[in-house]
Amino acid sequence: MSRTVGALLRKELLVELRTLESVPGMALFAVTTFVVFHFALNQSTVSGQEAAGILWVTLLFAAMLGVNRLFVADADQGGFDGFLLAPVDRNAMLIAKALALLCYLVVLELVAVPAFGLLLLGPSLGQALPGLLAPLALTDLGLAAIGTLVAALAVRTRARDLLGPLLALPLLVPVVIGGARSSSELLAATHPGGLQARWLLTLGLYDLVFGLIAYAVFDFLLED
Amino acid sequence: MADLEVQVQAQAGVAVEDGPAIELEALGRNYGERPALAGVSLKLAYGETLVVFGPNGAGKTTLLRILATLLRAHVGVAKVFDESLPAQAWKVRGRVGFLGHEPLLYRELTARENLRYHARLHGVGPERVEELLEAVAMSDRAGEPVCGLSRGMAQRVAIARATLHAPELLLLDEPYANLDPAAIRLIEPLIGASAGRTRVLTSHDPMRDLAEADLVLGLRDGRVQLLGDAAEIGSEDVAGLYR
Amino acid sequence: MRTPSLRTLSVATVLAFGFSLSLVFFYAPIEVDQGFLQKIFYLHVPLAIVALCGFVIGGLLAIAHLRTGDQRWDLRSYVAIHMSLIFGVGVLLTGSIWARASWGHWWVWDEPTLVSFLIVFLLYATYSPLRFAIEDPERQARYASVFAIVAGAFVPMNFIAVRLSASYVHPRVLGSTSNLPGPMALTFLVSLGAMALLFATLCSYELAAKRTRILLKSRSRILGYQ
Repeated sequence: MSRTVGALLRKELLVELRTLESVPGMALFAVTTFVVFHFALNQSTVSGQEAAGILWVTLLFAAMLGVNRLFVADADQGGFDGFLLAPVDRNAMLIAKALALLCYLVVLELVAVPAFGLLLLGPSLGQALPGLLAPLALTDLGLAAIGTLVAALAVRTRARDLLGPLLALPLLVPVVIGGARSSSELLAATHPGGLQARWLLTLGLYDLVFGLIAYAVFDFLLED
Repeated sequence: MADLEVQVQAQAGVAVEDGPAIELEALGRNYGERPALAGVSLKLAYGETLVVFGPNGAGKTTLLRILATLLRAHVGVAKVFDESLPAQAWKVRGRVGFLGHEPLLYRELTARENLRYHARLHGVGPERVEELLEAVAMSDRAGEPVCGLSRGMAQRVAIARATLHAPELLLLDEPYANLDPAAIRLIEPLIGASAGRTRVLTSHDPMRDLAEADLVLGLRDGRVQLLGDAAEIGSEDVAGLYR
Repeated sequence: MRTPSLRTLSVATVLAFGFSLSLVFFYAPIEVDQGFLQKIFYLHVPLAIVALCGFVIGGLLAIAHLRTGDQRWDLRSYVAIHMSLIFGVGVLLTGSIWARASWGHWWVWDEPTLVSFLIVFLLYATYSPLRFAIEDPERQARYASVFAIVAGAFVPMNFIAVRLSASYVHPRVLGSTSNLPGPMALTFLVSLGAMALLFATLCSYELAAKRTRILLKSRSRILGYQ
C-alpha cells in the first residue's frame, strides 16, 4: 500500500511540477482575492472575526481551483485505467490524491498567509502565526479529504467544473465554521485571545468522519 | 531479458495449467437498456490467440475491457486463469497486459517517467523499464514528454507499458493501428505470435490477423456472428461481418 | 399501474390530513405569545422532520444499492431524495413566513435549525445536476448513491456544527417539542404522522410512474419502436 501511494504521489507531484497547473494559480488567486476584498470592503486593515472570515473564505475558494483540477489528467489521459490495471489497493489513489492536495494547500498557505498579513491584517501576523498553525492544519486535512472525494465524484461528469464547487461548498461549511471561529480571537485587534479549543475539536472530528466516509465509498467511484 | 521474465513469472506463481486461459459463458454487458455485448461463450487455451473482428460499436472493446477487469459483466460468467471476474479480479490484474485505443500515458511526463510509474505500481524494477525502452527502440526519445511524440511512437511506449510486468495474457485493441511495417516487426517479440502469450486481439484486417489466430470471433451489434477455429474461417467470412 | 395499495395509501393520506388539520384548527389551543400564527408550527416542523428523514433514508437506500448492486434501490433512493427536496422547499417557505411574522424578517440567522436546513438543502440541490451530468446509466446510479451516502452522513454532522456555532442562545420556540402541553403535543404528533404518510404516498406515486416509464421503454424497444 505505501509503495503504491508513494508511486502515485510521486507521479502526481511530477505532473504538477511539470505543468504548474494548480499551485501557482491557487496562490495567485488568493493574493488577488485579498486585493479585491480591500476594495470591496473599502478597508485597509481587518481584524478579529472579519479577518478570520476573509482568510478562510479565500483559502476555501483557492482550494476549489486545485480540487477542480485534481483528477482531470487521470480522467482525460487514461490515468484511471492505467491505475486500475495494476494489482494494487484502490484506496491508494484516494490517499495519494489527498496527500497531493494537502501539499498544494500547504504551499498555497505559505504564500497566502504572509500575503494576508502584509495586505489586510491589522494586528501583527507574527504573534498570531503560531496559534494559526493548528486550525490551518486541521482545515487543510478537511479540505484534502472532502476535496478529493468531491473531485472524484465530479470529474467524470459533463459539468465537472461547475459540480465540483457546488458539491464542495456546502460540505465545507462546517470546516469554515471551525477554522474561522477558532482563530477569530487570535486575530483580534485588541487583547488577542487564544485558540478556542472546542472549535478545533469539532474540526478534527469532522475531518475524521469525512476521511473515513471517503475511504469507504471511494472504491465505488472507480469501478465501472 | 529471458532471465527476468522467468523470474517475474515465477513470482506470479505460474504453472502450466490444463484448463482454458479464458472461459466465457453467455457473457453480456448492457449500456442502459441496450445490450453492448450479449451471449458470448467461448474457451481459449493457454498460449492461443483469439482474434475478434467486427465493425465499430460491435462490442470488441467492451469485451476486452471486461477481460481486463476494467468493466464488470452484467450477465454470464467470465473466467480468466480460472478466476471468475469480477469477484477475483484482483488476482487476475497483475497477469494481464492491456493495450487500448488510448496509450494510458500522462502526456506531460516523459516516456521513461510514465513507464517507471507503471513499473512501481506493478512492483517491477527500473532496469526492466530500460530494457523495454530498448526493445521498442525508444531509448533515445525516452526523455521527452509523451505529448511531443507521434502517435506511432506513443503506441510503442504504450506497448512497453502493457508488457512491463511480463503479463501472461495480452489484451490488444487494434495494436497495429498506428504502426508502420518496421515498427510492427520491432514489437513482434513483445506482443506478436512469437511472444508465446495467450492473446486476445481486435482487428479490422483479416488479411494480416487471420494468420495469427487460433480462434476467431466475429461480433456485430454486440452479438456473436462468427465463432470457430481459424483454419475453418476465411477472410470472406470476416468480410461478411462488415456488410 | 394503479395498484390497490396505492389507492389505499391515497385514501389514508387524505383522511389523516383532514384529521390533523381539524385538530390544528379546532382542537389545539391558541398559543399565548404568538397567537394564531403559531399554527404554522404544525406544518413547518413535520415538513422539516420528514424531509430530513427522507434525506437520511435516501442515504440508507443508497447503501443498499452499493451493497447489492441492485438498481431498484437506487431508484428508491432517488425518489426519496427528490421528494425530500420538494418538501424542503416547503420547509424553507413556511420557515420564512414564520420568521417574518415572529421577528419581522424573512430570514433569521440565529435559528440554527433553519440555517442548517438551508445548507443541507443547498447540498441536495446538486443531486439532480450531478446525476444527470453522467450518461452511463450504471455509473449514474453508482455516483448518485455515493453522493446520497456522503450527504446523508453530512445531515447530522452539519446540524451539530451549526448548532455549536450559534453564539448566543435564542429562546427556542421553533421545533422545541419536548415540553409542549398535551393537546399541542397530540396535534403535533398527528400532523407528523399525516405528513409522513403524505411523503410515503407521493414517493409511491413517483416510484410507480418511474417504473411504468422504464417498463414502457423496454417494451417499446422490444417491439422495435426506437
